[in-house]
Amino acid sequence: MSYLDEGGRKGIRSWIFSTDHKRIGILYLASMVFLFFVAVTIGVLMRIEQLTVHPPLFAPQTYNAFFTVHGVIMIFMFVLPGLPAVFGNFFMPILIGARDVSFPRLNLMSWYFFIAGTALVVASLFTGKGPPDTGWTFYVPFSIRTGTNVTLGVFGAFVLGSSSILTGLNFLTTIHRLRAPGMGWHRMPLFVWSLYGTAWIQVLATPIIGITLLLVIAERVFGIGVFDPAKGGDPLLYQHLFWIYSHPAVYIMILPAMGAVTEIIPTFAHKMIFGYRAIAYSSIAIAFLGSVVWGHHMFTSGMSETANLVFSLLTFIVAVPSAIKVFNWTATLHKGSIEVRPPMLFALTFIFLFCIGGLTGLMQGALAVNVQVHDTYWIVGHFHYVMFGGAGMGFFAALLYWFPKMFGKTYNEKAAMLSWIPIFVGFNMLYFGMLVLGYMGMPRRYFTHLPQYHTGQVIASVGSFILAIGLVIFFANLIVALFKGKKAEQNPWGGVTLEWQIPTPPPLENFSVIPTIKERPYIFNPEASR
Amino acid sequence: MSGSAATPPLVHKDSHKDYEGAKLGMWLFLFTEILLFGGLFILYSAYRSRYPMEFHEGGQHLNVVIGVANTIILLTSSLTVALSLTAIQKGNRRLCALCLAATIILGLSFLVNKYIEWSGEIRHGLYPNSPVLLRRPHGDQIFFGLYYSMTGLHGLHVIAGIIVLSTMLILVARRKITSTDFNKLENGGLYWHLVDVIWIFLLPLFYLAA
Amino acid sequence: MAEAHVHTVPYRTFVRVWLLLLLLTAVLVLTSRLWHQALSVWAMLVLTPIKAGLVLFYFMHLKYEKPYLRALVFLTLGLLTMVIGLLFFDILNR
Repeated sequence: MSYLDEGGRKGIRSWIFSTDHKRIGILYLASMVFLFFVAVTIGVLMRIEQLTVHPPLFAPQTYNAFFTVHGVIMIFMFVLPGLPAVFGNFFMPILIGARDVSFPRLNLMSWYFFIAGTALVVASLFTGKGPPDTGWTFYVPFSIRTGTNVTLGVFGAFVLGSSSILTGLNFLTTIHRLRAPGMGWHRMPLFVWSLYGTAWIQVLATPIIGITLLLVIAERVFGIGVFDPAKGGDPLLYQHLFWIYSHPAVYIMILPAMGAVTEIIPTFAHKMIFGYRAIAYSSIAIAFLGSVVWGHHMFTSGMSETANLVFSLLTFIVAVPSAIKVFNWTATLHKGSIEVRPPMLFALTFIFLFCIGGLTGLMQGALAVNVQVHDTYWIVGHFHYVMFGGAGMGFFAALLYWFPKMFGKTYNEKAAMLSWIPIFVGFNMLYFGMLVLGYMGMPRRYFTHLPQYHTGQVIASVGSFILAIGLVIFFANLIVALFKGKKAEQNPWGGVTLEWQIPTPPPLENFSVIPTIKERPYIFNPEASR
Repeated sequence: MSGSAATPPLVHKDSHKDYEGAKLGMWLFLFTEILLFGGLFILYSAYRSRYPMEFHEGGQHLNVVIGVANTIILLTSSLTVALSLTAIQKGNRRLCALCLAATIILGLSFLVNKYIEWSGEIRHGLYPNSPVLLRRPHGDQIFFGLYYSMTGLHGLHVIAGIIVLSTMLILVARRKITSTDFNKLENGGLYWHLVDVIWIFLLPLFYLAA
Repeated sequence: MAEAHVHTVPYRTFVRVWLLLLLLTAVLVLTSRLWHQALSVWAMLVLTPIKAGLVLFYFMHLKYEKPYLRALVFLTLGLLTMVIGLLFFDILNR
């Protein structure tokens, strides 16, 4: 009897009132994939706008709304909840040998907040003077002055942030308190370590954007006077507060993806992870160092030269723990018995694309380069490499890895491998194209462009169409498998962590008997693997 | 729901409460509150550095007597809520309820004082976007912007705290909080104490700066 | 559920801490009005954290909690301090 059969009430009410961490993970998955495709559609519309230059298909104001909403949805409703909301919820308790999280009802409330925040943002699109046009960054003074629905949209983001905070709080308590007997900190799977570091950022950093967004609302509604330059406010202080959260936020996005990749690689290399402690501690180091580099978003904003230098130096340093992980993954692959099946293919893709994203990040961390590339398509290319090529691919890899366990069905592996081709080709046409365009001087958030950029824009747009097709194939394959897939075995990939030792799909309370952990993870027997 | 002989009966989720975990969860929530107010403290520190004269003199427009009175009120309310916890741990339900009631009354007095205080300032034309304030130097406008933001947000938390403690009082009365199960009261008290700690910082920043 | 080892703080401890807090508040208010400005700023910078510490350690029971919880509290406060410190690399040099 799996959790899909048990759970009390029947039908939809057994899902939306369930406090079972596995069902909550799937509730997130369904909502997030839907929202992902809404945002992808907006992204494609933006690419069409750049194709149709004379005359452009959409008005400039519409384009402003497009990139704002695309960013808000992708960041606050897909990548930030991301792996923690789906796979953290579903698997973290299982991976530590627990029956659920510490606060199951709070967990459900997190999802309710997620839906409520989403609803508020959607409402901001269709009411008042129309969707926000400030960019997802809501910079003052424009966000204070613009007549569009910033107040509602920003409040939606606030509620979404509350969802994130509660999830982080829940995960921290669970990891501290509910590990199975014998599972010391250094016997935890590395995905759990990554969720732990992430949860600290969720809990400590998110409130800062919470208050910042509330202050924008107070400024718009009451004219309270903390950001308004006409009253003596400093727009740079807004940027500081905004990025003090939003930079650590990108580590919320990437750390769990790194954690999932760290689970997948040993399984498909049939080899123990190389450098367990290095990976575990680098997760914590990234969480900590990530909170001291926010100024690198503001190099050209008017910040002092001293601050520029300090933040540039710190930005170089924060790359080190990420590089440590890449070396450890590579060392794990070395002399492993490598099987490239869909989860592994996407995990390897993660490493490749994340490296490009990370290296471009280092480049723009240098002040001289930053002056040239800030607010150009280079930046857009960079963050899509890390957020999409990194966190996104990590999400896809995790989905391919854990899908059989979650749903008890197998998917068509060939179709999954084939979908990779348009995804990879389209992705690089689009985003490498943007790196080039940005370096050549194409500014971001412009509804149109000068003739010298047109060829590059066409290549990028064609790439985006190819990418979109790949994404549709990828998800169609999984959705078909949901209904028509063959029954999955308990351990289709030969994994050695706890989720593979319980039935597929898992029973309601995960374990009939809570296991006692006797050794560290990732020990592979040649005979036990496929 | 059927179960095979090999599967033990469904463990009722509430039957093993994790006292330490609930306390940890509450402290983590307090961290989020510290960082929430922290953003405002960040702004205060930056703006004070920029407008030292106006921040120094801004406090003159505020009512120090009410500010200090409110400080004494909150410090005392922290005492009473702490006493209420010791009381229930010792099995003294009546004293616990009395101390909780005192805490709530003190909290309400704080709000009454705040109302009087703000009314006074509003009557003098010192409120966000007022014509009086808009004619004053930038430093004054920022000072008052932060004053209303920070004491306003704090006031909202006082209201929330009163609601939480009132709920605790009801639970004590209904014997749902007992000498062996007092975790909720402890956590409610922690929240109230944090409200007090924030005020401890607000007093010198706004009222004693002059 | 009952934890037999839970420590109950005696009433008189709380009352003594409260009296100390009132005393420190009085000193704070007096120094801000009577004494030299620089001295009053120092008084504020020293006395206010002490007051907050008293509430944290006694009223909020932090003194009697497990060490990891104290460490986490200091971690959080330390993070906030560090962020303000980094911010001032900009504020002071513009």
